[in-house]
Amino acid sequence: MEGTEQFIMGDTACAEGAIACGCKFFAGYPITPATEVAERMAKRLPQVGGTYIQMEDEMASMAAILGASWGGLKSMTSTSGPGFSLMMENIGLGIIMEVPCVVVNVQRAGPSTGLPTLCAQGDMMQARWGSHGHYEIIALSASSPQELFDITIKAFNLSEKYRLPVLVLTDEVVGHMTEKVVIPPYDKIDVYSRRISTLPPEEYLPYVSDEDMVAPMVGIGEGYRIHSTGLTHDKRGYPVITAPVQKEMMDRLIYKIRNNVDDIVEYEEIEMADAEIVVIAYGISARPALKALEMARDSGIKCGMMKLITIWPFPEKRIRELAPQVRGFVVPEINYGQICLEVERCSAGKTEIVLVSHAGGAIFHPNEILEVISRL
Amino acid sequence: MKKQGLKELNGMPGKHPLSDLLRDDRMPHIWCPGCDIGTVFSSCLTAIHESNIDYNNFAVISGIGCSGRAAGYVKLDSFHTTHGRAIPFATGLKIAKPKMNIIVFSGDGDLFTIGGNHFIHAARRNMDLTIICVNNFTYGMTGGQVASSTPFNARTSTTPDGNFERPFNLAYMAAAAGAAYVARWTTLHVRRLTNSILEAFNKKGFSFVEVISSCPTSFGRKNKLGPPLHIIQHFHKISVIKNGIHPKDANLDIEKEIVVGKFVDIERPTFFDLWEEIYPPKREKGAK
Repeated sequence: MEGTEQFIMGDTACAEGAIACGCKFFAGYPITPATEVAERMAKRLPQVGGTYIQMEDEMASMAAILGASWGGLKSMTSTSGPGFSLMMENIGLGIIMEVPCVVVNVQRAGPSTGLPTLCAQGDMMQARWGSHGHYEIIALSASSPQELFDITIKAFNLSEKYRLPVLVLTDEVVGHMTEKVVIPPYDKIDVYSRRISTLPPEEYLPYVSDEDMVAPMVGIGEGYRIHSTGLTHDKRGYPVITAPVQKEMMDRLIYKIRNNVDDIVEYEEIEMADAEIVVIAYGISARPALKALEMARDSGIKCGMMKLITIWPFPEKRIRELAPQVRGFVVPEINYGQICLEVERCSAGKTEIVLVSHAGGAIFHPNEILEVISRL
Repeated sequence: MKKQGLKELNGMPGKHPLSDLLRDDRMPHIWCPGCDIGTVFSSCLTAIHESNIDYNNFAVISGIGCSGRAAGYVKLDSFHTTHGRAIPFATGLKIAKPKMNIIVFSGDGDLFTIGGNHFIHAARRNMDLTIICVNNFTYGMTGGQVASSTPFNARTSTTPDGNFERPFNLAYMAAAAGAAYVARWTTLHVRRLTNSILEAFNKKGFSFVEVISSCPTSFGRKNKLGPPLHIIQHFHKISVIKNGIHPKDANLDIEKEIVVGKFVDIERPTFFDLWEEIYPPKREKGAK
């Protein structure tokens, strides 16, 4: 596959991205519209010396990728809404144990079983806060098969760098869309792998971090005899059930992300130089939004677009900067207003914000977005 | 003889015979006086010690609950995971580290009630794991609520007038789901239990050792089983060794009869055996 141009489905491109950056383990459970990710991994992993296992449910899938990642394998699972809900508890385990791994959510419309075969963007806030307790997460969004390929690689890199589960959020339309995907030679792809401690076992403590607040890992079975737990723990990884240790641990889990936001956050700006109205869009909605932008420009409206690639942590610095400079933000999303809330928060009343909402089951027609742009 | 206090014991020369496997810096443990988990835990450590396998080749995974704390006390690579999910976590680790001996040490509520689905599927796959289940018939850590292993009619804090649901026969379930090795002992049978755990380590495939244990604090008090020693004496009185019988006939009636023994010890291709049949190792990277 490497060094070729392929005409493939988004879900397939996602799996190929994982293979391209060295993913060696996938545990999953079939669910529309994410099944094709698992199917591709089942075919591809044995070819590259990896293992695919179909688990009994999504709780098991998530637990298995944590175990495999501790065992040193780059690991991934993929799912959609109902499965994403089931994974939440063990995503929290991944956060507190600090386990690199990638979780792909090809979103469909909910609540509950909803519209299994049709798209939505309703899990944006679930991605942010779905597991209990306060934590920081990294979530990336893709609007084409090519982006799914690229972003899956970025997700692995960030997960290995910051030691946490990284979420890839896409949707049914992107997942099932077939387009050209350029797969570079694997040795031309930037791949980041977890830092491994060089300390001898008697000096190593599993949760002593480096300057970037990330602790180096060690191999299992190599004499370090580490302990890791879902309980609040100290630098040794030992449970300590006190408020001061909770604070010490939480500060690190939170600030290893917050202090590195500039390294993590990525977005694309289109026609922004003179823009008075800015569309903030992500995932599949960025595509009709781009068409709407072109149509608005044709009719003389100074419209630009900020396309979000990183959803969490939210690119709030840029939105704070833009808010006083523009006449308004237009936020199209296939939900009743989730990312729009973040845009409102970051704008702090400095500009007008209009949500363009879609209940799910289809994507926007560019005219629906254009109409709002024209009204502002 | 003068009673020795903890301080004096700490001042004594020498160490606990298994101290190379214990995180002494985590002592004292959380287990109640009279609790049987310690007996199962020592049997497990003794088996590790006697196995002649490099300690670095072991990892211990636990779920949640009193027994789930074992992973935190053993000085090996060890993981204390979420409630019910120790087995799938162990499955992932085993696939990443197929040469390691992966032990899942947890309780009945964790492994069979919230986590029962993972247990039967790992047995079906014949995933090469050793599962040690402390079956004390209740959720001890939360104060003694009914579990899927709680005997019929037993009193728990959530069955104040008696449990009207039928419990699982864990050994039978393990065998039916495909386990390659199934044994049941009580905490009285320390030597046999240790031998079984040793056999389980050396067994290729899914091995299950159930240990009938007492929880004097939560289960014992509510069911008027008396002090811890009485419960052990009771185990002595009613347990019958029946090696090799079909586990469906391995009666577990904590009033009348506890059938113990090694019930299953069969050869069955493991997950890895079958994987390698389809995907022989050293298959070329990037093959079509």
